[in-house]
Amino acid sequence: MSSAPPYTTPIPPSDRRTLITPEGVDLQIQLADVGARIGAVTIDLLIISITLILSLFVFIWGGFAVNGELAISLFILFALFLRSFYFLIFEMGPKAATPGKRLMKIRVAARNTAMGRAQLSANAVFARNALREIELFLPLSFLILKSNDVDGMIALLGLIWSGIFLLFPLFNKDRLRAGDMIAGTWVVRAPKPILGRDLAKQSQESLESFTFTPAQVEAYGIHELHVLETVLRTQKIKTMNDVAERIRQKIGWTQMAGETDTAFLNAYYRALRERLEARLLMGVKRKDKFDTR
Amino acid sequence: MTTHDPLSLGNAPLSGQENNPIGIESYALKSERFREKRQADWTALETLLNKLESKGARALSKDDLINLPRLYRSTLSSLSVARATSLDQNVTAYLENLCTRAYYKLYGTQMGLGKRIISFISKDWPEAAQRLWKDTALSAFLIFVSTLAAFYMVQADSDWFYAFVDAGLAGDRTPAASTEALRATIYDKPENADGLGIFASYLFSNNSRVAIFAFALGFAFGIPTILFMLSTGFMVGGFLGLFASRDLGFEIGGWLIIHGSTEIFAIILAGGAGLHIGRAIAFPGILSRLQSASLAGRTSALLMVGVVIMLFFAGLLEGFARQLITSDILRYVIGISLLFFWLAYLYIPRAEDKSRVK
Repeated sequence: MSSAPPYTTPIPPSDRRTLITPEGVDLQIQLADVGARIGAVTIDLLIISITLILSLFVFIWGGFAVNGELAISLFILFALFLRSFYFLIFEMGPKAATPGKRLMKIRVAARNTAMGRAQLSANAVFARNALREIELFLPLSFLILKSNDVDGMIALLGLIWSGIFLLFPLFNKDRLRAGDMIAGTWVVRAPKPILGRDLAKQSQESLESFTFTPAQVEAYGIHELHVLETVLRTQKIKTMNDVAERIRQKIGWTQMAGETDTAFLNAYYRALRERLEARLLMGVKRKDKFDTR
Repeated sequence: MTTHDPLSLGNAPLSGQENNPIGIESYALKSERFREKRQADWTALETLLNKLESKGARALSKDDLINLPRLYRSTLSSLSVARATSLDQNVTAYLENLCTRAYYKLYGTQMGLGKRIISFISKDWPEAAQRLWKDTALSAFLIFVSTLAAFYMVQADSDWFYAFVDAGLAGDRTPAASTEALRATIYDKPENADGLGIFASYLFSNNSRVAIFAFALGFAFGIPTILFMLSTGFMVGGFLGLFASRDLGFEIGGWLIIHGSTEIFAIILAGGAGLHIGRAIAFPGILSRLQSASLAGRTSALLMVGVVIMLFFAGLLEGFARQLITSDILRYVIGISLLFFWLAYLYIPRAEDKSRVK
């Protein structure tokens, strides 16, 4: 995964889902991608295993001195609780995410219901995790079991079975696990929103040194404005050079002495946005440069 | 064809930002001004949410609690305005994100754990059991039929025993054992009573996995659950049949019922929950298959929490009570009264709570 940019980016269309609030506004939400989910579950399983191994030592050292039998039964109970309740407790918590999910910036959420309220209930969390038992832990136990206990055929069936469940999220458009399907949940991205700087806000100086004719600011539409915004926020020198060159050519702008690409792009961005916003207020939405109205 | 014209903007001072009367104000875009005016609210909402997520609801002051919905609504309206008029992608995306986060906080379940537990014991669990009574009855029927079948078959020919009972589970209790040895397994205390604790926790751990399988297997249209219930019945019936064929029927009944009334009941409930899901997927009715499954899944899951609790008790009974109490009569009394307790607790109708909105 690439590191997050210092601003919130728009959601790619394939990951976008509607979530309509009781106030009637469609908050667009973003599904978690498969990579993040695999990463999250890997981290969680690592945490569980490491805790189990460490606690085994604690139980052996501390417990056996006092009461060996008690130590073992406590350990068995602890192992069960850890495995079953790790996911449960964290997903019922305020962040609706296990530590692995938090690191991957994803969380569990209720899928939209007909009633319009997507409430993540404790029961839903329980249901999705009860099914984890057959999706994850049953196949794992098939692999761990000694081969003389289970003959090859059953082990193979177990593997096929688990394969079906493990690949389940790849074969439906909302990337639901079987547990998600039953519980009415899904896993969505939950990044901390970051408000970037307003690109239109510029120093007086740069405002003064660029003046575009109406024809020049008419060259592009909203789509190009958004591309330009992304270019300006990403700050890749090479792309900025290319884009600046292309815009200059298109609008017939001669580069002034000491004019940097950044300054030019910023100024043009502001001019274009001002123009398109003014048109929006008049009720005209210019989609892109091919949209001539 | 340079259109650069330094005069067109007049001679506004270079340093001027907000302080400048004709500076930024006069040049600011509509969307820029919109953002400047509303940004304080957005940041305030963000701060509140951060506080809420890291420290919980108790960290919020009274003012915060009043402000939260107000800020949420104002940010939501900002979002609508931004979508309609601002072309700044980042602002729209930021607001969407912020509103979603606030939405999850405001409309998510925020019932405290204590309240949640009380409501579960007093209402949710029996309610779920009652709603699933048909599936539970089917599950119970399956287990009883297979128990009876295995019981009579093993009595008729003890070789059937090996077909029904897993060798690992049976241990010394096979048709090859002498009647005296079988009797001993019913009453013998283990040499060391401390071992019981391990045994109980192992049984609980094992049984709850078994029950969760019965539930989770419902996903495949309930068919594996049906098979699972039948095989459980066969196993119980096989054991009972073997002991009955040696005239130990009454005694094995006591051995089984003291924990079995709770444990088998729990497994029947788990099977019912699994069948409920299987049925919802196979016959979704007017709902979509997905909606139907998730609706059924939530009620069943609720019942499953109860099942795990019952199995915890069953583990204690099996590990401690059964080993320590060797009187047949007492075993029957405990087992049967527990059965009545569970039946009464789960199925006696409660007074309708009118304040509760379904």
